[in-house]
Amino acid sequence: MAEIKEAFRTSPFGKAGLAIVGIFIILAIVGPYIAPYDPWKTADEIEDILAPPSWAHPLGTDELGRDILSQVIHGTRITLIIGLSAAAIAVVVGTVVGVTAGYFGGVLDAMLMRITDSFLSMPFIVLAIVIVSLLGRSLGNIILAIGLVQWTQAARITRAQTLSIKERVFVLRARALGAGPFYIMRRHILPNVLPLVFANMTLVTSLAILSEAFLSFLGLGDPTKFSWGIIIRYAFETGAVSIGAWWYFLPAGICIMLVVLGFSFISNTLDEALNPKLRRGQVVI
Amino acid sequence: MSLLEVRELTVAYPVAVGLSAFFSRRYLVAVDHVSFSLPEGGTLALVGESGCGKSSTGLAVLGLLEHVEGEVLFRGRDVLRMREKERREFRRHAQIVFQDPYESLNPKMRVRTIVGEPLAIHRRRGETGRLKEALELAGLSPPEYFLDKYPHELSGGERQRVAIAAAVVLQPKLLILDEPVSNLDVSIKAGIMNLFRDLQDQLGLSYLFITHDLADAFFLADEVAVMYLGVAVEKGETDEVLSHPLHPYTEALLSVAPGSGREKLILAGDVPDPLHPPPGCRFHPRCPRARGRCSEEVPPEVEAAPGHRVRCFYVSRGERDPHLEEPKPIH
Repeated sequence: MAEIKEAFRTSPFGKAGLAIVGIFIILAIVGPYIAPYDPWKTADEIEDILAPPSWAHPLGTDELGRDILSQVIHGTRITLIIGLSAAAIAVVVGTVVGVTAGYFGGVLDAMLMRITDSFLSMPFIVLAIVIVSLLGRSLGNIILAIGLVQWTQAARITRAQTLSIKERVFVLRARALGAGPFYIMRRHILPNVLPLVFANMTLVTSLAILSEAFLSFLGLGDPTKFSWGIIIRYAFETGAVSIGAWWYFLPAGICIMLVVLGFSFISNTLDEALNPKLRRGQVVI
Repeated sequence: MSLLEVRELTVAYPVAVGLSAFFSRRYLVAVDHVSFSLPEGGTLALVGESGCGKSSTGLAVLGLLEHVEGEVLFRGRDVLRMREKERREFRRHAQIVFQDPYESLNPKMRVRTIVGEPLAIHRRRGETGRLKEALELAGLSPPEYFLDKYPHELSGGERQRVAIAAAVVLQPKLLILDEPVSNLDVSIKAGIMNLFRDLQDQLGLSYLFITHDLADAFFLADEVAVMYLGVAVEKGETDEVLSHPLHPYTEALLSVAPGSGREKLILAGDVPDPLHPPPGCRFHPRCPRARGRCSEEVPPEVEAAPGHRVRCFYVSRGERDPHLEEPKPIH
């Protein structure tokens, strides 16, 4: 813990990441209360259709005259929920697979790792497209699909860490006491891999947010919610790029970029603190 | 009856050497047909330099290693062939203290959890009074001061005392001490060695004391077994072995111990590669007494004096008893 604090204290990137992610998390919580309009409310006047930014609509309106600022604010919550939940699924699945494979070794390890490899060898977005098409375009299914394609990293990391921890003397001592494998994995291995899992989760969150934008842009998003990816999808369908309605797609795009950058900064800083190869204050972006 | 009876214990480790491991498995024999017995309340020291197989012997006695042959009888029951339930019961009676208290305590656990772990594993969680009792026994008082500390907040000596408290909390019969003071400062070491003596008096513990330090063995052990390259070359009562060593390896070890007053016997060469142990007596390439026969035959174990056994063809050319040269094999 001390190393982590120190890493964030000394790294401007770490601080920037915390600040960016912090702002978006606050926005996700209070968003619906501060959004100026209902994001679904269509315009009554023809002038309010695809209107450029004005005092009434700081980020303009879409082809139905809906307020884009309100959409982006509402989208923050959906996007972060998708990103964090998918990352949580990914690291839980990955950690269970990795720790099990690493601790038991042998045939089980070989089998689990070949499964992991086969997931790794497939382009994950294609896999996610297949899963969402099969399960249907709901928020839960999108989270599940992204989680199920992003767990491989966590599995690899926790397996490697487990291999090293299970050789430690305190594990041998626990075995001498008569502890079973599940006790040892829970009480001795898991607490020592969790920091790495946590660092990995921040990275997977940014990947999950990107994946969601990707899926939504391809038309596989949940059409009943405004996520940033969905907003960009609608902008694309409307032809916002060709008619020069930059206010339609740019805000959501910038938000995606900022959040992904924020999570990546945090993840790199954690990595620096936890990964002995990266210590000594090298900045890795 | 002895508490622990080890017969012909052999421990091997599979060795993977590149591609060859794929086709045939090779084994490194770390412990080679070692036998000894440990009476209830007694202490046996396994002495030898690093790599001689003494730690492997300790782990094998606890049933923690694979590729083990022979018998390890704990109160007459073979640890190596116990069923799960019986082995669980055995684990309650046999505990181990490791060399490095920085490695043997989980850095993420508080003292309370570490010492309470044996109770939790053996489902005696209710007996938390034992926790404080064990800490006091190990010389950590007041126990309340230590309960919520993490290992990194303690000194090396305190950590080893925590490990000892965890080892005695279940009131075991047998304690394997695997170089328990080798990583400690001299000033702390004496305190821990005295603690082992006190614990033995109070709890009636039996120790299998693994050490490379003859002075420590002399302090704690009733009997010693000297090991070289996986073979127990000399066994007997501590006083007897240390005052009248019969095996040339024991002699050499004793001569280089500080303050021994003996003429130093510096052995030629290094310990041979255990993957390719020399034929005949394993000690012959370095032995000052070696003759032709030593490289061809394995010397049998002989009882050179009552209770004093040695594996050497040419024992005791010293002042002790000239008739002992080439004693008759006992088997």
